[in-house]
Amino acid sequence: MSLFPPIEKKRSGWQLFLMTVVGRSYPRVVGMQRERSWMFFDVFLPLLSVAAYVFVYRAIGAPEDYVGFVVVGGAMTAFWMNVLWSMSSQLYWEKEQGNLALYIISPAPMMAILLGMAVGGLFATLLRAIAIIAVGSLIFNVTYAVSSFWQLIAVFSLSMIALYGLGMMSASIFLLLSREAWHLANLAMEPVYLVSGMYFPVKNLGFWAAAAASVIPLTLGLDAMRQLVFASGPTLGFLRVETEIGILIILSIVFVTAARYLLAYIERLAVREGRLTENRR
Amino acid sequence: MSQPLAVKTENLGRIYKIRNNRKEKQRELLALENVNLEIREGELFGLLGPNGAGKTTLIKILTTLLSPTSGQAWVAGFDVTKQPAEVRKRINMVSGGETSGYGLLTVRENLWMFAQFYGIPSPEANRRIQKLAEIVGIADRLNTKSSDLSTGLRQKMNIIRGFLTDPEVLFLDEPTLGLDVGASRDVRSFIRRWMDENPHRTLLLTTHYMVEAEELCDRVAIINQGRVLACDTPARLKQNLRHEIFFQVWVIAPRLLDDYSFLQIPGVKHFHQFPEEDSLRLEITLEEEAVLSEVINEFAAQSARILRLEKREPTLEDVFVQLVGQRMEEVENVTVSAN
Repeated sequence: MSLFPPIEKKRSGWQLFLMTVVGRSYPRVVGMQRERSWMFFDVFLPLLSVAAYVFVYRAIGAPEDYVGFVVVGGAMTAFWMNVLWSMSSQLYWEKEQGNLALYIISPAPMMAILLGMAVGGLFATLLRAIAIIAVGSLIFNVTYAVSSFWQLIAVFSLSMIALYGLGMMSASIFLLLSREAWHLANLAMEPVYLVSGMYFPVKNLGFWAAAAASVIPLTLGLDAMRQLVFASGPTLGFLRVETEIGILIILSIVFVTAARYLLAYIERLAVREGRLTENRR
Repeated sequence: MSQPLAVKTENLGRIYKIRNNRKEKQRELLALENVNLEIREGELFGLLGPNGAGKTTLIKILTTLLSPTSGQAWVAGFDVTKQPAEVRKRINMVSGGETSGYGLLTVRENLWMFAQFYGIPSPEANRRIQKLAEIVGIADRLNTKSSDLSTGLRQKMNIIRGFLTDPEVLFLDEPTLGLDVGASRDVRSFIRRWMDENPHRTLLLTTHYMVEAEELCDRVAIINQGRVLACDTPARLKQNLRHEIFFQVWVIAPRLLDDYSFLQIPGVKHFHQFPEEDSLRLEITLEEEAVLSEVINEFAAQSARILRLEKREPTLEDVFVQLVGQRMEEVENVTVSAN
């Protein structure tokens, strides 16, 4: 009897694409939950900065909905951190670990690998974001007044598609930048907290600054979600929810399409220049 | 009828443009030059050469990770630069010292994940993982996190990953690097069994271990400084040395011996000495056996006492010395100090 029988049928086309997405998302969907320390680092620590803003708003007598704004902003911060550290810089780390070369030489489409990373990261972060909202709402006694569940789901989904599309796009750029990527990720972290209005209504930045900040999908996503879940949300909102949904659709298409073409371009460039394998080999 | 070719290269070359920092001017490093190889389907082909010889560069080109700067290459009949997608369906690669996969996942999960990238349905992937793990002897570690594995066990996991997808052409880049003797032997016997079972499988192995190349390979190409210096079966490569006589001698001497005096003796072709714990090991190549008496006289002249003297068969290391003029480790030391 054969010790190494041939494989009956290897899947290809869309089936291979789907299998790759599932395979690559697995380490994040299952593996990342194994280390229980995430509850402390990814839920408790973000709640500390949320608490700081809550105490400031209460001390100055800001409207109570601002507390809710901060809790929702704190939850959305988790997605930004995930996109920055586990999406954008991921291809670089994969290269250093030796995984990238194995992805490239496999028949799996690289877009499916990136999508798998995004789906896995989104799932893992969703758990953390839900935990932050649940614990934060309980501690700070936040009340929600959801005006439209469907719009809320649409806004959240579009924000995530656009945000992770941005992450997929920057993953290719970061791959090209190699070690510089780490500095770039550091550089992008704090300013985005400010301009996307994580802890305050983005309208306060002024129209043009808020409009420029809208390139980051979190800005409009967060603004629309606040308008949809808090009673005073619409009065503090930047643009109408319908307009924000429209812009998020455009951003989603632009970022995902750009990610696809950029990835193909960077892969060709990296093969030409020999940048796909780890530095030590 | 001749067998179809699994790998073919024509005048293949690669030049790297490197620069250590932004202020430094870019310089060129020749990694491969004019490489012409034909590897037949079913062959276990070895690329033998010191570190930095160009073996890994060649593998990278053949696995579509790097484009050549000149020439062409085909794997399983497909052009590696023009048809990379077709090539990728048919190959896999394992490198020595690889740290691929995710430490948070178990061995089984890591292997399953890689199987998904090749479109192997989960039930079949799991069956194959179980079977291969039993063959290489890590079935009891399938549920261990890969971060908890020793180097040897980790390399066995990598080996399974390479064979799991049943590639037509498999590239093994220094697969036994850093492994102990037992683990290396297991890996070599596993490779041989896999090859013996199906005449359509082709394997390209790079190594700088002569014994490994001699034991495993049907044919060997000796490569140094990016050029292929010779390519044939190990037996035929060694046959070129049939007129030379090889001695291995252990001596006790007050200091290192004077190489020059030995090389001045007519009929002494090569003389290399290696300090060991309590003695010196000497590798001596002679044109004829009669020269030995003069060599022994020179030992006495340099106050060296012979502990043991063995006549031995030529090895691939001797072939390398004949082609390059230096032993492989000497070439590696020069490369390291130049870097």
